[in-house]
Amino acid sequence: MGRDFDIAVVGGGVVGSSIAFGLSLLGQKVVVLDEGDDATRPSRGNFALVWIQGKGLGNPQYSAWSQQSSDSWSRLATLLRDTTGIDVGFERRGGFMPAMSEDELARITAQHRKVLAQPGMPQYQFEVLDHAALSRVLPHIGPDVAGATYCPLDGHVNSLRLFRALHESMLAAGVAYRTLHRVEDIARRQGEFAMRTEKGTIRAGKVVLAAGHANAQLAPLVGLNAPIRPQRGQIIVTERVAPFLHHPILTLRQTDEGTVMIGDSLEEVGFDDRVGHGIVSTMADRAIRIFPFLADVKVVRTWAALRVMSKDGFPIYDQSETAPGAFLATCHSGVTLSAAHVLALPEMIVAGQLSEEMGVFSGRRFDVPQAA
Amino acid sequence: MFRRLRDRTATSGDVAFTIDGKLVSADAEDSVAAAALASGVLRFRTSTVSGEPRGPYCMMGVCFECLLTIDGRPNQQACMVKVRPGMRVETQSGKPSVAP
Repeated sequence: MGRDFDIAVVGGGVVGSSIAFGLSLLGQKVVVLDEGDDATRPSRGNFALVWIQGKGLGNPQYSAWSQQSSDSWSRLATLLRDTTGIDVGFERRGGFMPAMSEDELARITAQHRKVLAQPGMPQYQFEVLDHAALSRVLPHIGPDVAGATYCPLDGHVNSLRLFRALHESMLAAGVAYRTLHRVEDIARRQGEFAMRTEKGTIRAGKVVLAAGHANAQLAPLVGLNAPIRPQRGQIIVTERVAPFLHHPILTLRQTDEGTVMIGDSLEEVGFDDRVGHGIVSTMADRAIRIFPFLADVKVVRTWAALRVMSKDGFPIYDQSETAPGAFLATCHSGVTLSAAHVLALPEMIVAGQLSEEMGVFSGRRFDVPQAA
Repeated sequence: MFRRLRDRTATSGDVAFTIDGKLVSADAEDSVAAAALASGVLRFRTSTVSGEPRGPYCMMGVCFECLLTIDGRPNQQACMVKVRPGMRVETQSGKPSVAP
């Protein structure tokens, strides 16, 4: 049997569908091999920020890559709208990192300075606002808010509509989407890859592993290393209310349809995506301290999702030396990086070579011998 | 459009309250949603996304279609609230304003 596809993308979440869409725009014949509706699917549970401020400590290239994505995000939104008619609600009016004490404000400010002082760090603007200055921009903040930092590059999107728009776009661009095709094994034969799935074997010239948590098991099959773990984040969403908040705040945002999302918890609990009342109570309490009138706004749902977290928190992009043509992409900020995954990464995959700047994201950075 | 299956009985008693300022008489066992439907109110609110008119769907607290403003509090599930004498019920348009 001959080769079915130029490239197989393993994983149909926001990361996989972004890459598959971008590859098809370059004229590649692409298949997406996805699990069924029971997949872990962090793409259905994320907080939907397109975020820059504070990112990149220890890896300035991560900020550069994120900024490149953020800068091309409006192009992506236009492309998705032109392809599908879906408005994904992308807005970049700047965002805030709130501080509930003078100490916290000083700590956040010092963190920005440290990030920006790194050699090779692409600079982002930020401002420090005290309570009075912040309440001129966000008039309803409570007395407990000491201030915030503001960065004009931060934005957000409607992430469920993004996910749908990416899927509709890749289908419109000719991508073959195969659900219930969990990849069980990958073999490299005669210069092509054979992906064994529950529903038969699919052959392609190249393979891109974008399977989120499953990348940990899939990477070694093509000579790569992806030490990742699930990190739980919980989210509260309220009923829809009239617009009052026109900028995302790191832990709180109002969506384009009026709901208020409260989030950004971090927990190390393995593959457990249950909601814990202690965490959501703390999140709700903090949200009410930021905007006291939220105490009278009803919560309609809570949920938890599992970030795909690497050991150092940065994405892993890699290409196999032992199985040329096999690539890997894994990250926790798939929404922020979606524009780079549609508009920049696919060229490198088609060329068969990740760019030199992407070298810092290789999984080989984790192959450090243990000190005796 | 809606008609009660049985006539209101003397034992159940009348409860008087207002919907958009109009006096309505209901059965003491009625939910606000049932009483509103029985009094001819079909448009409870408009969709906060599309603006189209909406009314009760499940009548059992699940669908959140029957939201009304009750005694000044917006977005109350009218099917889950029993009528009380003198309550002020208002239909809604768009998203409620919550910021002070």
